[in-house]
Amino acid sequence: MTINPDLQYTKSHEWIRMDGDIAVIGISDFAQDALGDLVFVNLPEIGDNVTAGESFGDVESVKAVSDLISPVTGTVCEINEELLDAPEMLNNDPYGAWIIKVNNIDGAEDLLDPAAYEEHCASEA
Amino acid sequence: MKLIFEKSVQGRRCSILPTCDVPPTEMPSSLKRETAPMLPQMSETDVSRHYTELCKHVHGVNCGFYPLGSCTMKYNPRIDEEMASLPGFTSIHPLAPESSVAGCIEVLETAKKYLCEITGMDGMTFQPAAGAHGEFTGVLLIKQYHDSRGDQKRTKIIVPDSAHGTNPATAAMCGYQVVNIPSAPDGCVDLNALRAVLGEDTAGLMLTNPNTVGIFDENIPEITRLVHEAGGLCYYDGANLNAVMGVVRPGDMGFDCVHLNLHKTFATPHGGGGPGAGAVGCKSFLVPFLPHSALMEEEGHLQVRSFMGNFLVVVRALTYLLTLGREGISEAAKNAVLNANYLMARIKGTFTPAFDRICMHEFVLDLSEYKKATGVSALDVAKSLIDYGMHPPTMYFPLIVHEALMLEPTETESKETLDWAAEVFRTLYELGYKDPGYMHEAPHAAQIGRPDEVKAARTPVLRYTRS
Repeated sequence: MTINPDLQYTKSHEWIRMDGDIAVIGISDFAQDALGDLVFVNLPEIGDNVTAGESFGDVESVKAVSDLISPVTGTVCEINEELLDAPEMLNNDPYGAWIIKVNNIDGAEDLLDPAAYEEHCASEA
Repeated sequence: MKLIFEKSVQGRRCSILPTCDVPPTEMPSSLKRETAPMLPQMSETDVSRHYTELCKHVHGVNCGFYPLGSCTMKYNPRIDEEMASLPGFTSIHPLAPESSVAGCIEVLETAKKYLCEITGMDGMTFQPAAGAHGEFTGVLLIKQYHDSRGDQKRTKIIVPDSAHGTNPATAAMCGYQVVNIPSAPDGCVDLNALRAVLGEDTAGLMLTNPNTVGIFDENIPEITRLVHEAGGLCYYDGANLNAVMGVVRPGDMGFDCVHLNLHKTFATPHGGGGPGAGAVGCKSFLVPFLPHSALMEEEGHLQVRSFMGNFLVVVRALTYLLTLGREGISEAAKNAVLNANYLMARIKGTFTPAFDRICMHEFVLDLSEYKKATGVSALDVAKSLIDYGMHPPTMYFPLIVHEALMLEPTETESKETLDWAAEVFRTLYELGYKDPGYMHEAPHAAQIGRPDEVKAARTPVLRYTRS
């Protein structure tokens, strides 16, 4: 399992990167490995409001459907439409395959740095 | 095997129609289809063999043990089917005058009386066509109740994480915001978490009991008291009533409405997509909001399905109730619980129960430690069971248990079957340590090997197209 040292993480295994004023959000390698092969991704629409700690979409694997939890409160300004046809991108390249971008950010969950996230994963494994 | 369309031979047929003895009439061209329908053309022998061959590809309760947790795949007595086949029930029309279907109306009224007695409710509708449809109807009753009082601030429905997956979906479909609350380590609702989310915006709580880990929540009187105190109503997901019928009643536990899966608990064969019946019972103050039926002529009632719902499922349920009687119903529940506990106790030395305590009608095994030790997953064990002629348990559900296998033996299985099943589990447990590779590739003796489930989900082929 890899942890990208340039990102921050949530306890629910999303990663977040700030691109200026815009938050780029995806799921971690740990998350994709635990979920297994993903077969469907359900994304919000551009303009939707997301709330820190609440679901903004879901991913479906052969096993189950899991909520995607937003690390920040704000407005969805871009979605990765490629994932709709190729959800396996999240399995193959979890840190390259971002899911949504959020602007107008107004609040965030407590985020974990890579070291703290590694500890968190170890406690869940 | 070939699809029936691939076996079709141009011009072959099953029946020869008698000569037409009335003057032929030309159909208006606007009603005529332009291309011939793609129907298979086959002889009766070929049709019969085709479906007999298909029978060999499936596993039903009549083939062998079927411990598919949460689904109650019990044996349904033949007499229930016989009664539902009587012409007086099958040859009626939903618009027939009431006077000509008095017997059918009596069936509905009698079934309602008995099921209200079993659930502790005052009124009931048979209109919903399935369990989730019943939930939807039940939560709409709650919504109508709050609306009727002008109480618009109640926007949230509380759903514990051990609920059936349909519960949050139902609340969302009814326009409510779903508030998930976690289970305590004992598998019951965490009362502090419940207190923390209750408030003026609480419309109600949906409780699956026994819950999806097969546990009867010990705090129910406190849960329903707290929700009522906050001004919300309490909904009982009765899909697991098999474990408690004739023993305890949702109405006595403080619930305001409940749905039953008649097809599951009261003897209609299910699992093939229906028809089912998600009867909804409620306390008297909610009765005015129940869906319209032929016996309630007033306008303005909720209607969730046409006419009286799936009537023949109610006929089977009533037959089941009458043949088992008051004692038989509670005995069935007690045997369901006994069988589950017996099987869990027999398996316990090998695979680990997720909650090591007395269960109700089903229990969940947690294979996460086993997977770490052997590399063999819950999926591998499930697929290996097929080689023994056993239907796999429910896999990877509930989500709060990792590598979950959920077993529900039901009350209609004998001790011999349960002993055999426990032996099969023990054999597979040991095989995982000796030859995990063999289990990764199971099943080996089934009609087909392991299908590529990822490919099937990503690029499903949903209909036959002529190549």
